[in-house]
Amino acid sequence: MSQLKKILDKGDLAVTAECGPPKGADPEAIFKKAELLRGKADAINVTDNQTATVRMSSLAACGLLISAGLDPVLQVVVRDRNRIALQSDILGASAMGIRNVLCLSGDHQSFGNQPQTMGVFDLDSIQFIQVVKTMRDEGTIWGGEPLTKSPELFIGAVANPFADPLGFRPVRLAKKIRAGADFIQTQCVYNLDRFEEWMNMARERGLTEQVNILAGVTPLKSSNMAKYMKKRVSGIDIPDELIKRMEETPKNRQRETGINICVETIQRLKEIQGIRGFHIMAIEWEEAVGEIVGRAGLLPRPSFDQD
Amino acid sequence: MITAEQKPIDEIREMIAPYKRILALGCGSCVAECAAGGEKETAMLASTLRMAAKIDGRDLLIHEKTVDRQCVKDFILPLDDIIDQYDAVLSLGCGAGVQAVAEIFPDVPIMPALNTEFIGETRDQGYWVENCVGCGDCVLYDFGGICPLTRCSKRLLNGPCGGSRDGKCEVDPEVPCAWQLIIERLSKFNALDRLEKIYQPKDWSMKQGLGPRNIIREDQQR
Repeated sequence: MSQLKKILDKGDLAVTAECGPPKGADPEAIFKKAELLRGKADAINVTDNQTATVRMSSLAACGLLISAGLDPVLQVVVRDRNRIALQSDILGASAMGIRNVLCLSGDHQSFGNQPQTMGVFDLDSIQFIQVVKTMRDEGTIWGGEPLTKSPELFIGAVANPFADPLGFRPVRLAKKIRAGADFIQTQCVYNLDRFEEWMNMARERGLTEQVNILAGVTPLKSSNMAKYMKKRVSGIDIPDELIKRMEETPKNRQRETGINICVETIQRLKEIQGIRGFHIMAIEWEEAVGEIVGRAGLLPRPSFDQD
Repeated sequence: MITAEQKPIDEIREMIAPYKRILALGCGSCVAECAAGGEKETAMLASTLRMAAKIDGRDLLIHEKTVDRQCVKDFILPLDDIIDQYDAVLSLGCGAGVQAVAEIFPDVPIMPALNTEFIGETRDQGYWVENCVGCGDCVLYDFGGICPLTRCSKRLLNGPCGGSRDGKCEVDPEVPCAWQLIIERLSKFNALDRLEKIYQPKDWSMKQGLGPRNIIREDQQR
């Protein structure tokens, strides 16, 4: 059973972390990250060719995490697969013992290292959530044909409280929940005011009662990273005062400040009603996760016995 | 209409290199509207190619002709009287025009002078925008007259995605977010409730289910 689901069902704050697969065929890269994250998070998200850049497949990397005794969250984007391939991967994932899936649109192909590829987008992320739920709960593929065995999956989706138009964001969140999302991971939170506004809107619609919202955080490594993310990474909103705080820190201590900001953010997020946990995306900096969760008072994590 | 742009001149010169007598065949419809393959553009291309051949000291004869609609058999058939004078046709029609001519004159080599681009509108002088994918099952009612399948970079039927910022698409800050436009339109008509609905996966068999599509209407046949 999904460790993530078990913890959320109990009503405890959950912690998930992220593991980006390598640009190569070396399984050790995954095992190394697995060791850095073991005991620090309840489930490990494995990104699916993020920024449209070719990497080891998310499904394969999740399989490696299972062999290492961890609970992976399989990220699946609709950019690269049509509904045949998506459903086939869902069945394969469940067969391998993967118990969490995160359904996303995916970064547009023009951002990555294969800009000449054809973007698939046969389903959108909401339709994909619905398809996975149908497979799990109705025991059929899309269109009604029965499965010999339903996949067992805890279904996740993403939400970006910082995208526009703000007024429509809760509508989209509600649709994702109606489509079948059990948990939501948000885009990295830096702008807490905006995030609170979004949470208030979600709460007013009763959405925080219907789904487990995990707030996303990413520690900043440097002032350059902060400026780059603000300017270049779509959907990221970093307030100027945070950029200034990073810039005013001497270069050799910026990582420390990045971790401080991250811990402070989690502390403030803990106060927001309806937050059920945290998703820590320490990009190529998995070493930081232990310190962040420790200082944020989220350790020890409950033990995980794979079934 | 169908929009197109002329291929790079070097690519055209390479294609026509083996031939000495060429018919440059324009089209007076869509590609004339988008200033790619009408009478004027056909004359200009022919004269450019003539000049280039002259500089290279090559023997090349190019005649120009523009038909009203290069994708309609009735307009192509009259070429039967002149086609034997040429050893190739350089078409300035869209992809449909090129293939229609090839179908009717199977023994004449035909080369495309244009890159066919999209179904779109002339928004302003010298400005054409794509706004229809020809999906075979129009969804414009649901989305206030703005097609998300064409104008959203991720073809979302339940958008906008997390990359919509200040009304622009994450792919290019010059590109308006189709979903922002849809929300604005629907809000004007008090129809925002349409966005609460989950739109189901698109039936792409209407576009590509049985390979190339055709329309057969007996009431129109004679």
